[in-house]
Amino acid sequence: MTAAVAAPLRDPAAPLLDVEHLSMRFGGLVAIDDVSFQARNAQITAIIGPNGAGKTTVFNCLTGFYKPSVGRLTLRTPGGGTYLLEQMEGHRIAQHARVARTFQNIRLFPRMSVLENLIVAQHNKLMRASTYTLTGLFAAKGYVRAERAAVDLARYWLDRIGLSPRADEDAGNLPYGAQRRLEIIRAMCTEPRLLCLDEPAAGLNPRESAELNDLLLFIRDEHKIGVLLIEHDMTVVMKISDHVVVLDYGRKISDGTPAEVRSDPAVVRAYLGEAEEDELPPEVATDLQTIVKA
Amino acid sequence: MVAVAQQTAARPAMSLPAMVKDAAIFAAVAFTLALPLLGFRIQDKGSTSFIETRFGDLFYAVLVLFIAKLLMSLINAGLARPIALVTGVLSLGWIVVALVNPVAPQYQVHTWFTWLVVASVAIRAWVVWRAEATAARGVVAGVIGGQDSHGTQIGHLVARLGRQLGPVFFLIALVMPFYAYFADDKRLVDLGVLIFTYIMLGWGLNVVVGLAGLLDLGYVAFYAVGAYTYAVFSVKLGLNFWETLPVAGLMAASFGVLLGFPVLRLRGDYLAIVTLGFGEIIRIILLNWAELAGGAQGIGGIPRPSFFGLQFAPSAPEGQTTFAQFFNLDYSPFHRQMWLYYIILLLALITNWFTLRVRKLPIGRAWEALREDETACRALGINPTNTKLTAFAIGAMFGGFAGSFFATRQGFISPESFNFLESAIILAIVVLGGMGSQIGVVIATIVLIGGPEWFRDLELYRMLAFGGLMVLIMIWRPQGLLAHREPTITMNGGRAGARAK
Repeated sequence: MTAAVAAPLRDPAAPLLDVEHLSMRFGGLVAIDDVSFQARNAQITAIIGPNGAGKTTVFNCLTGFYKPSVGRLTLRTPGGGTYLLEQMEGHRIAQHARVARTFQNIRLFPRMSVLENLIVAQHNKLMRASTYTLTGLFAAKGYVRAERAAVDLARYWLDRIGLSPRADEDAGNLPYGAQRRLEIIRAMCTEPRLLCLDEPAAGLNPRESAELNDLLLFIRDEHKIGVLLIEHDMTVVMKISDHVVVLDYGRKISDGTPAEVRSDPAVVRAYLGEAEEDELPPEVATDLQTIVKA
Repeated sequence: MVAVAQQTAARPAMSLPAMVKDAAIFAAVAFTLALPLLGFRIQDKGSTSFIETRFGDLFYAVLVLFIAKLLMSLINAGLARPIALVTGVLSLGWIVVALVNPVAPQYQVHTWFTWLVVASVAIRAWVVWRAEATAARGVVAGVIGGQDSHGTQIGHLVARLGRQLGPVFFLIALVMPFYAYFADDKRLVDLGVLIFTYIMLGWGLNVVVGLAGLLDLGYVAFYAVGAYTYAVFSVKLGLNFWETLPVAGLMAASFGVLLGFPVLRLRGDYLAIVTLGFGEIIRIILLNWAELAGGAQGIGGIPRPSFFGLQFAPSAPEGQTTFAQFFNLDYSPFHRQMWLYYIILLLALITNWFTLRVRKLPIGRAWEALREDETACRALGINPTNTKLTAFAIGAMFGGFAGSFFATRQGFISPESFNFLESAIILAIVVLGGMGSQIGVVIATIVLIGGPEWFRDLELYRMLAFGGLMVLIMIWRPQGLLAHREPTITMNGGRAGARAK
């Protein structure tokens, strides 16, 4: 690991995020219990687990929405610097450590246009360009240029997901699948080092799901950033993840490549239950079948 | 489209007797409610008071409502078109008649009431008629629900006309005082000053409520801070209006930040209650701070603005010239009114320019994004604290400017002028105009501030008419008169330009 820090540029898959002994308690409820894992640059790390396993809580700790009870969250920059995320406020994590996230229930700005959503994502950059509104007020050249660059970045991503023709429509009027993709590219417009996606495939049909896979692989391969993915859809997880972390009841029960995790008895047990196969919820049963088949 | 068709079709078509019965029940309820309100009136005659009964009025009102309800049923039974035409012609015709030939005062209340009811029926009939027509045509695109789509259409229309309307409004505003001057209508200029003061306040509050989505019920506090800052600085330190204006703005802005800090975590209703309290706190402090603010007596003798050093006065003190002398005019109080009018026009236009400009800057977009979803903003690296504080501060600053103007216009201020009702009116202007809509604020101000002036003939009933109007607007346009938002930046609109390159 030390070698990776010393030569981050030579190894595209350098460690990006270290989660060490992360615990989160809400009163007496232990949502996450001593979870440690690592995410790397240019890799997709999936976090899976049954409902209530604490996946979203991990995200909320990472992005500053919760303050972890115990644990250290270290984000490494390519220059060799580190950010201790557990000590930072949410908006600073996004601004300085450059951890971007999407939400399980889509959180776009529904009454703003698609393009505006992507411009708002570049807020801090544009604030600096407009000298905190002072020169921007009089349309100074520097600001106009910065705004044009921001639109170009937005256009780059919109072209990628094929939404350019609808750029001026209200984001809330887009179909569900497009909203999901828009939220992801909005996060990408913050130019993140780590992209955290909370169930991006939820509610997508197979075609949209395939488009999503392409987008995520594109982000991983072309932009070389780390992607952290919470997902229930096992076709997505098994197809695109480089690394899978399995949580159950707030504890990490398995960690490895998709193939390793699939054959881990602990994972099968967590999804199956030990002797209660009959009472398996249908949702879990399909997940399980996909795992076994894949 | 389908939804509309179902909506109209889903209503069971009632038979005529059922309709009459329905309307009768409606009228009975109205009668019961109106009996104590309208039926009796306590009259004072010398030392004795007696109860006067007004059953005639009561029965008239109930009859009108009975017929209206019957018409409403008939609208739903497929007679929307003829009813829309008849009631529409009646209500519009009545406006024309009323404008050309004012009706005798004793019939005013009856006619106003009848007109309100007929106009309501007309609007309802029109909405249903349009919905049916759309359903029959089988138009799918863009129709979400009959009523909303009309609103959106109107919004689009106004947005398209906005660029042409703006300069037209501006020209009218510019020449209006001269028209009033030659028509010798002092009331018109006064009304103009009043309307522009509220337009400016509305535009200022629009930053906080319309853009940033922070419901502020205590906006008048900043208006008061601005007014008292000007009063104190001019009376005690002898500074003039233009020197004090930035100070007043800064002072109000700092109070905005002061209020902003404790309420940052609050949203919606809770925020509204705290800001309401803040407004009252400021008023009560002013009421009790006798040394600085003069307590309940307020501050009088506030200098009126001069025209670049030229006083508006019948005669100048030793060594000075008055405005009238300088320009070789006969002295007229009109001059000062006109000058005040142009000052507030300028201040309001600056507010408008600033708001329109800032909407297209990152800070303005961040305000709107914050209104839409604060959590998402935080995830994108926007600092919600600073963003909210700037909204509060900038909104407050414009309130402070308007306050200074108010002080110099009145020449006397007291805490009386800054009560909750003022906040409520300013908020009503913003909400009725359509949150975030600049031209909506103008129209809402003309309706809400100008309206009561025109309704003056109705005497006591004007507040009733005013309330009724607001209820109607809330029924038909819950999102405000002109709730239409144009994107602050476009890509495909700019595409034509890109192709030309």
